Amino acid sequence: MKTDDLIRALAADCATRPTSLRRAFATAMIPGLAIAFGLYLAFLGPRPHLLWLLAEPRFAFKVCLSLLLAALSARLVMRLVKPGAESRRAALLLAIVPALLAAGIAVELLSVPISLWSQKLIGTNALHCLKSIPMLGLAPLAAILFSLRQGAPEHPAIAGAAAGLLAGAIGAALYATHCPDDSPLFVAVWYTLAITFITALGSIAGVRLLRW
Amino acid sequence: MRGEEQEKQWALLMRAGNAGDGDSYRRLLLLLTPVLRANARRGLAPAGMADTDAEDVVQETLLAIHLKRQSWDEEAPFGPWLRAIARHKMIDALRRRGRRITLPVDDFSEILADGGAEPDMLAADVGRHLEFLPPGQRTIVQAIAIDGASIADAAARFSMTTGAVRVALHRGLSALARKFRTEEP
Repeated sequence: MKTDDLIRALAADCATRPTSLRRAFATAMIPGLAIAFGLYLAFLGPRPHLLWLLAEPRFAFKVCLSLLLAALSARLVMRLVKPGAESRRAALLLAIVPALLAAGIAVELLSVPISLWSQKLIGTNALHCLKSIPMLGLAPLAAILFSLRQGAPEHPAIAGAAAGLLAGAIGAALYATHCPDDSPLFVAVWYTLAITFITALGSIAGVRLLRW
Repeated sequence: MRGEEQEKQWALLMRAGNAGDGDSYRRLLLLLTPVLRANARRGLAPAGMADTDAEDVVQETLLAIHLKRQSWDEEAPFGPWLRAIARHKMIDALRRRGRRITLPVDDFSEILADGGAEPDMLAADVGRHLEFLPPGQRTIVQAIAIDGASIADAAARFSMTTGAVRVALHRGLSALARKFRTEEP
């Protein structure tokens, strides 16, 4: 086909408006989040006195940190799928999360006697945490990747990893309201491991699914 | 025209296209083509690839511009978006052909909009990308692209609704882009 012919066909297709990326993302997230929440209710469920717990600093810290990570990685994802868009700053901004976590750990170490450190770190639910966060993040990950196929990521592996990070953060935020281990020490080890796993999964899937 | 003004004009036409103005959109693609062609030839020549290979990259880039146009923010500058898409498609083409990648890093604005004419392809070559499309999509794409029919013309000719023609055209173009992407050289 001649290039001019192709252009004629493309111009004729101009009226078929593609959905905006933001819209595609929002639309895909509805079932993604609904499935995650359904799994949460079916298998985990909220801790008793959930609202009271928000006044408990350790609990509020882990929930807010997860939500912050979700917001920052969502911002990054949306930039990564737009060719030529500035994404470095959005990526650097993610560093706020580990910085806050480090501060939380410092406070925890100062306020908890050394003899209790390892108990706080290991907690009571480590394996459960490792399984649950990816389990809750899986449907959001699929939804995010599906919607990102509308976009044009210059680096599919990186965009996929950012999608995995976002899905992991969503899973973590949900799981945080279930798990009785509130210490930043526990969060730093087990949440990080679980989120890293789903981030890697997102990256691998991104390479396959986000090519264009 | 200076690069900056040129990019502003492109952005203007693209916005008009997004608002449904097919003529502006067509003009934009016609303006971009020589620039993309010059860029593709410069990128592929060091790899010892022919002008017809470059033309494939041009077509693939045009398809990507079209199918991914929602990834351009209307407030964002047009140039970086265009360059990123062109670079992505060029790297993809070189990688598929297993060549070492040495891309020119110059700005598009430095390229004179004179990429030369489209290379003459063999008659048999014309339409080689259309062949594999499912018959329904192929007849529609062919009628609009090669015979120059409008959506309404095509609808009348094949006794279809304009909506069905639009869907077939869009699916055909998406399939074409997929075909380019997975094609062995």
